[in-house]
Amino acid sequence: MLTFLVRRLASAAVVLLASTFVFFMLVDFATDPLEELRESSQINREAQMEQRTRLLNLDTPPVLRYFLWLKGLAGFLWGQGTLGESWRTNREVTDMLAGAVGVTLRLVVVATLLAIITGVTVGIASALRQYTGFDYSITFASFLLYSLPTFWVAVLLKQWGAIGFNDFLRDPTIGLWGLIGISLVAGLVWSALVGGEVRRRLITFAVATAATAAVLWFVSSTGWFLDPSLGPVLIAVTGLAIAFGVTVLSTGLRNRRALYSAVTVVAIGVALWLPLQYVFPYATTWLILGLLTVTLAVAAVVGWAFGGPDRAQSIRTAALTAVGVALLIFADRVMQVWRIYSDYSDNRPIATIGAATPGLNGDFWVETLDQYTHLILPTTSLLLISFASYTRYSRGSLLEVLNQDYIRTARAKGLTERTVVMRHAFRNALIPLATIIPLDIAAILSGAVITERIFGWTGMGNMFITALNGDDPYPVMGFFIVTGTVAVLANLVADLVYAGLDPRIRVNA
Amino acid sequence: MTQTPITTPPPPEDATERLENAIELKEVEGLSQGQIVFRRFVRHKGAMTAAAVLLLVILLATTSIGIGPIDGWWQFDHIRTHPTAIPGGRPTLQVGLDGITIGAHPFGQDDIGRDLFARVMFGTQRSLLVMVLIGVLATTIGITFGALSGFFRGRVDTFLMRLTDMVITIPIIVVGAVLGKAFGGGNAVLLGLALGLVTWTTMSRLVRGDFLSLREREFVDAARVAGASNGRIMFKHMLPNAIGVIIVNTTLLMASAIILETSLSYLGFGVSAPDISLGQLINDYQSAFATRPWLFWWPGLFIIIIALCVNFIGDGLRDAFDPRQRKIPSKRKMRQG
Repeated sequence: MLTFLVRRLASAAVVLLASTFVFFMLVDFATDPLEELRESSQINREAQMEQRTRLLNLDTPPVLRYFLWLKGLAGFLWGQGTLGESWRTNREVTDMLAGAVGVTLRLVVVATLLAIITGVTVGIASALRQYTGFDYSITFASFLLYSLPTFWVAVLLKQWGAIGFNDFLRDPTIGLWGLIGISLVAGLVWSALVGGEVRRRLITFAVATAATAAVLWFVSSTGWFLDPSLGPVLIAVTGLAIAFGVTVLSTGLRNRRALYSAVTVVAIGVALWLPLQYVFPYATTWLILGLLTVTLAVAAVVGWAFGGPDRAQSIRTAALTAVGVALLIFADRVMQVWRIYSDYSDNRPIATIGAATPGLNGDFWVETLDQYTHLILPTTSLLLISFASYTRYSRGSLLEVLNQDYIRTARAKGLTERTVVMRHAFRNALIPLATIIPLDIAAILSGAVITERIFGWTGMGNMFITALNGDDPYPVMGFFIVTGTVAVLANLVADLVYAGLDPRIRVNA
Repeated sequence: MTQTPITTPPPPEDATERLENAIELKEVEGLSQGQIVFRRFVRHKGAMTAAAVLLLVILLATTSIGIGPIDGWWQFDHIRTHPTAIPGGRPTLQVGLDGITIGAHPFGQDDIGRDLFARVMFGTQRSLLVMVLIGVLATTIGITFGALSGFFRGRVDTFLMRLTDMVITIPIIVVGAVLGKAFGGGNAVLLGLALGLVTWTTMSRLVRGDFLSLREREFVDAARVAGASNGRIMFKHMLPNAIGVIIVNTTLLMASAIILETSLSYLGFGVSAPDISLGQLINDYQSAFATRPWLFWWPGLFIIIIALCVNFIGDGLRDAFDPRQRKIPSKRKMRQG
């Protein structure tokens, strides 16, 4: 295993080195730092050209310049590396990257996580309802999403998502027809999703439509959008729903110990809601992370205390539920500053430009909400495209697994459908996905180039485009060394994860 | 060969399945592999609709404004400006209860009075051209590299696959932007060729995989015993057996190629003014979204239609070439059988 790893790492390094060389030559060919001077009519044109030539070593051949750049890169091994300097801004590329990487990372991580969660869920649901109207609609929708150009969607989102929603907030009431329309659509989706006999479909349709209509009516008549909050009652109700949902999926309702531990966790969470409100004003990122750790510890203790022959099951159920309830409490607290934040932003809270409001001097919660309102649009536009591929892959992979002999064996043993799907099929269906995630991250990274430009984020993609447009070679190389490394590592990780998860794959050392 | 196919299917589990197999066999009786694939493809409703729509788009784009020096039936071109037909240059295309009226400028006019229909048609031609160029070049390179490394293995394989790894390392939009800036500069043909040089990686990996397994088959040994040269074995004997993977992947490649081209043109590194492509039109007009949204709608709509159609055709082809794919016979046929 170790030899395999070392060999793969070495070959990855060689590949990366070769591609930096090719890319350096390409960038050198594509950019011409002297272009604007050649066309200029200033008197000291010659002197300026000479100065810039000296600055960028333009009179040495590009191959030698590559090795000079490489020497700077190698310098990181003993701590005094450099990636060159941008001649436009006179800043070190390393400094430019330091600011930009964080911004892009936030975008990419959030989009990837959401795409995986939603894509896999929808894909699994679509596979379990194979050849139904729901399945066909999802298939069509994912084809449509594949075919959408990111930049087009992003402009649309800006126009409708942000400006439309902000306009809606001026008078946040949903008209009668809108209410009826949305409720009917929700009812249709749910009845298609749950499926079954006609009678069951009709009941699902009626219940879902009525529930949606009730929620919309409540939201509309109380002006919830202007001052949203969950409050302990709603947290309790939603928390219980989460507890039952998680238990159904993870162990089944028959496992009473798991159910009771999940419900206990919800009770603890609701009881802690009020005391937490006095802690939250002092919140920092570390405090929130600490609270999350405590939550998980409490869940583990509760699950362990309920005991039974298989403690791990109860602990797992309790932990998942606890995370859900913690997220609810967190969301509730973020919602409490919505009104304050709205006032900051002239009652137009959904932002279309930038990664954060400049000069916003709010507390932790306002800053957090500010980040979310800025993240929502670019994330959505990145999400849509990888969502489609995750849906397709997880659907295909689950269908493949469901045809295997061990699934037939599991059914023949008399296991419940839930156990067959969640325990035997779902877990194995996730294995091929493990190889797609790293590759998708690399794809999202390059998708971010477009999204960042449209939404005016000053991340790596923006740095790349600005530098390439401005004939500034070193920031382009800086961008490339980061994304190239990520792509190479992603490939490597994909191979390793696959080998680790699937015992049929052997790494031959 | 009535009931005894060459490869015996796994024993049917029950009467229904046996009946299904019998119907399936009867349908493909006496047909070549190509005919079976073609029949399956024609039966795929989504793919056929997509093919028809795509054909329609191509016809519309080529005949309306003509190709190159040949004039089409549309009265305006993409350069000249005209007085506005409706105030604000709104589209004259109207679909109402009293039928469809096309009017002088069905897609509307831009801020200096150019006819958007002619511009979108011209952009569609350009984008399709780049798409086909990328598809042809990438497929050729991919097949050649994949075939060489799958057939010869050893050092050739190692070298070509490391080369593939190297190209994969570079995010496509990034290398596309750099290549576009270097070679594009408004020239759609050069842009297409340059992008074709970096999009062949998936194809070469797939072809290599196919060739690795094909070279162990008996017919390859037979060809070699008969004295066929390496080139003949590769391109006459093995390539036709890998054609399914190649065709399917080419269509999928073309679908992503059109998205890539339009994205690059949108970023300003692809086709640039005065030349026109669908992405470049959106780039040009995005600031006009609030005042003249149709300038933004139509080019986007055509990108989506083309990409969606090509994707659906690819899906239909994949189903048609997939030997595991079976058509479930209709109830009527089951009763008859």
